[in-house]
Amino acid sequence: MNGLFDFEDYGALLGLVHNSLIAAALLGVVGGLVGVFVQVRDMQFAVHGISELSFAGAAAALLLGGSVALGSVVGSVLAAALIGGLGVRARDRNSVIGVLMPFGLGLGVLFLALYEGRAANKFGLLTGQIVAVDTVRLGWLVGVSVVVLAGMAVIWRPLMFTSVDPEVAAARGVPAGLLSVAFTLLLGLAVSLAVQVVGALLVLSLLVTPAAAAFRVTASPVLAPVLSTVFAVVSAVGGILLALGGSIPISPFVTTISFAIYLVCRVISVRRRRAGWGKRGTEVVPAATPVPASIP
Amino acid sequence: MSTAPSGPALSLRGAGMSFGDRVLWSGLDLELQPGEFLAVLGPNGAGKSTLLKAVLGQQPLSAGQLLIGGRLPGRGSDRVGYVPQQKSMDAATPLRARDLVALGIDGHRWGVRRRTADERQRIADALAAVGATGYADAPIGLLSGGEQQRVRIAQALATDPALLLCDEPLLSLDLRHQRAVADMIDRRRREHDTAVVFVTHEINPVLDLVDRVLYIAAGSYRIGPPGEVLSSETLSELYRTPVDVLTVRGRIVVVGTPDEPGGCHHHDLTPETAAQPGGGAAR
Repeated sequence: MNGLFDFEDYGALLGLVHNSLIAAALLGVVGGLVGVFVQVRDMQFAVHGISELSFAGAAAALLLGGSVALGSVVGSVLAAALIGGLGVRARDRNSVIGVLMPFGLGLGVLFLALYEGRAANKFGLLTGQIVAVDTVRLGWLVGVSVVVLAGMAVIWRPLMFTSVDPEVAAARGVPAGLLSVAFTLLLGLAVSLAVQVVGALLVLSLLVTPAAAAFRVTASPVLAPVLSTVFAVVSAVGGILLALGGSIPISPFVTTISFAIYLVCRVISVRRRRAGWGKRGTEVVPAATPVPASIP
Repeated sequence: MSTAPSGPALSLRGAGMSFGDRVLWSGLDLELQPGEFLAVLGPNGAGKSTLLKAVLGQQPLSAGQLLIGGRLPGRGSDRVGYVPQQKSMDAATPLRARDLVALGIDGHRWGVRRRTADERQRIADALAAVGATGYADAPIGLLSGGEQQRVRIAQALATDPALLLCDEPLLSLDLRHQRAVADMIDRRRREHDTAVVFVTHEINPVLDLVDRVLYIAAGSYRIGPPGEVLSSETLSELYRTPVDVLTVRGRIVVVGTPDEPGGCHHHDLTPETAAQPGGGAAR
């Protein structure tokens, strides 16, 4: 197959996608960090649901001649607000998402069908595109990323507390409801970034897979987000670099890299558990001091 | 170090809790001294956990007054430690035992911060006190139920609270771990004067440790030493129906409470656990 890879004018191409590379790296950082909580809070389905509405928003913007970036942010935040507001419990949440998702996808398809511009624009919203990032849009992406990263830095610790240990966190005065809404909105913004780079269908490869892979190999609360971020950046940037050589959209490259990383992490995890990860040298039950036989 | 407050660690005066017409308990008077171990017993839905919620400041009293160390309860006070019932954590939780304890110290604080050397030392001390140093760096999701529960106790004690609240902390642990966890709590209150409120279905693992029992049932309550409250006479009066309290091999069995089908109250003993040799509390 001649069209798959052709690295002849690679240097010149690289200059053209300069903005896209920056966008992909940013998206990797945001996706890797937000993905940690997608995993801990079990919100993979929410990510998928939000991305379909983000797609609808972007498609509407394309049709109306507005800013695609703004459209995808509006769609995402709207979806996040609906999911956060209507479904507090996990079961409610999933049914709300299940209802919203096909509706959003349907709307998006309708808007694209009505759009009469370049076909590449349409396809790009679903499967990602590399040359779409002009300087104006890059400004958008940077702005949204800064908001998400700052928000995550502020809520990180209490959000982790309430996600893994809700009863004790509530006893210590951590506002679970507020954190849930705040995180869902930040997640919405992160998804809208991802939709613009990898496309609506493959957002999960940057918001779910890298964190899932990182959790396989570490339980350190510092190393897990760091690895997750590195995996996401490598997938996104690596995907673009490979896609440059051919005519195929970037998403298959991004998803393949992130899936390969996940597989490697799984293998490492299985080996480590066999070698006794989390096991202790000594059995430490019962208590260190002898039990008094009788209490006065 | 525990700064033993002068006066009771917890005091309730004329405290009542009701939802609409339904009265869980009312007129509750209780003064818990530093270092005292109080077990809270009663059938499901009697309002045991609601009592803990009131102390945690999550549920206001319908009547009366509640003071912790002389002050009104506030949300998220570090004067109060809380140990919930054991629930196994997801194996892929990105925390080690040490990190769960750390969240007990600063998990409620916003923004980015570095833990101080003093805080790291407190975390290490809390883990050592419950014998968890050996698995301090193991992923929390890979620990056994008993190990996780020890870590939870370390977490609750890391702020050196004057009052420790435990909600069914022994549930789903095997007998050996039940004993170990109960002893750990007992040692703490003796050495640090921490007052303990211990909500439980199963009095036997802690029978020899408790100073007083608060038994809540049928909208009323009885409080006193275990021998007094856990008697056929007192419980029959409380339930307003004949109830028998029997002692079988050093363990207490309550028979005939009206809220359980079959009449045998599972909070005390089921026939299966009674048949287990060596399962009795040391008396």
